[in-house]
Amino acid sequence: MEKDEYLDLYHQMVLIRLVEEAAAQLYQQGKIGGFLHLYIGQEAVSTGLISARKPQDRVITAYRDHGVAINCGLPANQVIAELLGKATGVSKGKGGSMHMADVSKNYWGGHAIVGAHMPIATGLALGDQYQKNDAVTICMFGDGASNIGYFHEALNLSKVWKLPMVWVCENNQYGMGTAVDRASAVSEIRQKAEGYCIPNECVDGMDVLKVRQAAEEAIAFVRSGNGPFFLEIETYRFRGHSMGDPERYRKPEEVRKWQENDPIGIYHRTLVDQGLASEAELDHLEEKAEAETAAAVQFAENSPEPEPEALFEHIYVEG
Amino acid sequence: MAKITMREAISQALWEEMERDSSVFILGEEVGVWGGTYAVTKGFYDHFGGERVRDTPIAEAAIVGAAIGAAMTGLRPVAELMTINFAFSAMDHIVNEAAKLHYMFGGQFLLPLVIRTVGGGGRQLGATHSQTPDAIFAHFPGLKVVAPGTPEDAKGLLKSAIRTQDPVLFIEHATLYQTRGEVPDGDYTTPIGRSKVQRPGRDVTLVTYSKMLEISNKAADQLSKEGIEVEIVDLRSLRPLDMGPVLESFKRTNRAVIVEEGWRSFGVGSEIASRLYEEAFDYVDAPIQRVAQKEVPLPYNRTLEQMALPQVEDVIRAVKEVV
Repeated sequence: MEKDEYLDLYHQMVLIRLVEEAAAQLYQQGKIGGFLHLYIGQEAVSTGLISARKPQDRVITAYRDHGVAINCGLPANQVIAELLGKATGVSKGKGGSMHMADVSKNYWGGHAIVGAHMPIATGLALGDQYQKNDAVTICMFGDGASNIGYFHEALNLSKVWKLPMVWVCENNQYGMGTAVDRASAVSEIRQKAEGYCIPNECVDGMDVLKVRQAAEEAIAFVRSGNGPFFLEIETYRFRGHSMGDPERYRKPEEVRKWQENDPIGIYHRTLVDQGLASEAELDHLEEKAEAETAAAVQFAENSPEPEPEALFEHIYVEG
Repeated sequence: MAKITMREAISQALWEEMERDSSVFILGEEVGVWGGTYAVTKGFYDHFGGERVRDTPIAEAAIVGAAIGAAMTGLRPVAELMTINFAFSAMDHIVNEAAKLHYMFGGQFLLPLVIRTVGGGGRQLGATHSQTPDAIFAHFPGLKVVAPGTPEDAKGLLKSAIRTQDPVLFIEHATLYQTRGEVPDGDYTTPIGRSKVQRPGRDVTLVTYSKMLEISNKAADQLSKEGIEVEIVDLRSLRPLDMGPVLESFKRTNRAVIVEEGWRSFGVGSEIASRLYEEAFDYVDAPIQRVAQKEVPLPYNRTLEQMALPQVEDVIRAVKEVV
């Protein structure tokens, strides 16, 4: 990796953190409706993962999708505008927090039914296989999704059809408020992939460089025509499942322990210790991300509401 | 014009579209090597190969989900669900994904996919394999729901379904595959969302679709001998629903009977009757009648099953109620 790329990863992680903090504030101010699931604590996962893809590789994820959107190259403006339901939002204000996508960035959403996007991901990969495109589909989902039928139908199909896809389980230890070992018969989710003969690996998701390296290897393996690969990435969300989470299911000490392993802090130290960046350079990136976030909030607040006609747009293409 | 069966009409539509457009492919249970559970895709596997005629595991969510994803990449998948009863295993993908993805992401995704499936009772398959739940699917904006009653419409509507950019649930009827009818020669399409007068008549407007078109035609033949001329309007599509010919006919006859195979409660008849009362109340000369399935899970026993399904006599009785 070139130095610029190291710095870019840092910038992306900080930007996600700040956008999510701004979103939390906007939610508390009553400007964001519905549910809001923050990515704080998990930034290294999607940043490392998506930095390893080529432009033709597709990304699809579940409802904790704002960070993934930013990693895929969506401007913070469009992300926050979508949260505020504005016409300038990436889904024109009709999707909201859980339904962001940008086809021009090869980002296929943002899907809110747990696990249901996994069969759709097999279809994306099938599309590339059928059209002989040199592309890999990266499908992210949570540990909780591994308990629903869609997961199993999709993994099985991906192996039977040797589809070009990387399955990425973000194991953040809880499916909503239920700990992995209270919901899953196996505590290592990758064992389920093992059951379908899908090669797999477990990765430390608090270290962006480890995630990136594992992702590069997984994507290269899949691109070579070997069929699917399964990554289980160990991570933790520092905030509640969504904004309305009483957090009765985990102890503050546990959260604090993980927070000491803040992925941004870890990467900050790595960059400085290995002489890849100076404190001043990182300060500059943080300031840049702060300015971008502030500008994005302002952009979103100043953006227009959708026109009333938008209500009936895009139900059908024809008729 | 050639006289062919419904099975041949559907098969021809698929074959011709696959020959015409290499982005069209089929996936589903037993569509390939087996040749299709109802033999609709017989010979396809040998001609088009396993890449385009894809046998799947018994996994309905994966079948519809994969079709959705493939459609999003620009292909035109035709997913087959062996029966509409199995569509419930893929309900999320049909109503939560296929019907919504275009709208919910501000028009970014196109979903040119067809879900072909087979509904209807009358074959002694028991309650879980005999349902006509068409109205449930027609409830969801974003999905198109088509259910042809003649070979001509089946071929033309399936071609339209494959060519449209929108997701279409294409419901065939298990007991209509042997039904024969005239089909135009060459390539033609039938527009989705257009009702059609299948039989002109001056006395009563009979609104129906799919298998019940056959039952209604038989009833109309008998009624004609008694001097009652029934006009049959075939909906052909449940969503978008075309009330034009229904209203036009009703304003002439002032009497209506709706015949559907599914259950009466919250059904197609409920919708059509409501719309007639809302949009043509001044033309109503008699309470609108509905003929539908008895409100029971369909039993296996042949006599009991036929008691539950709408019969020609039920239609005749309903028509006589309104004249």
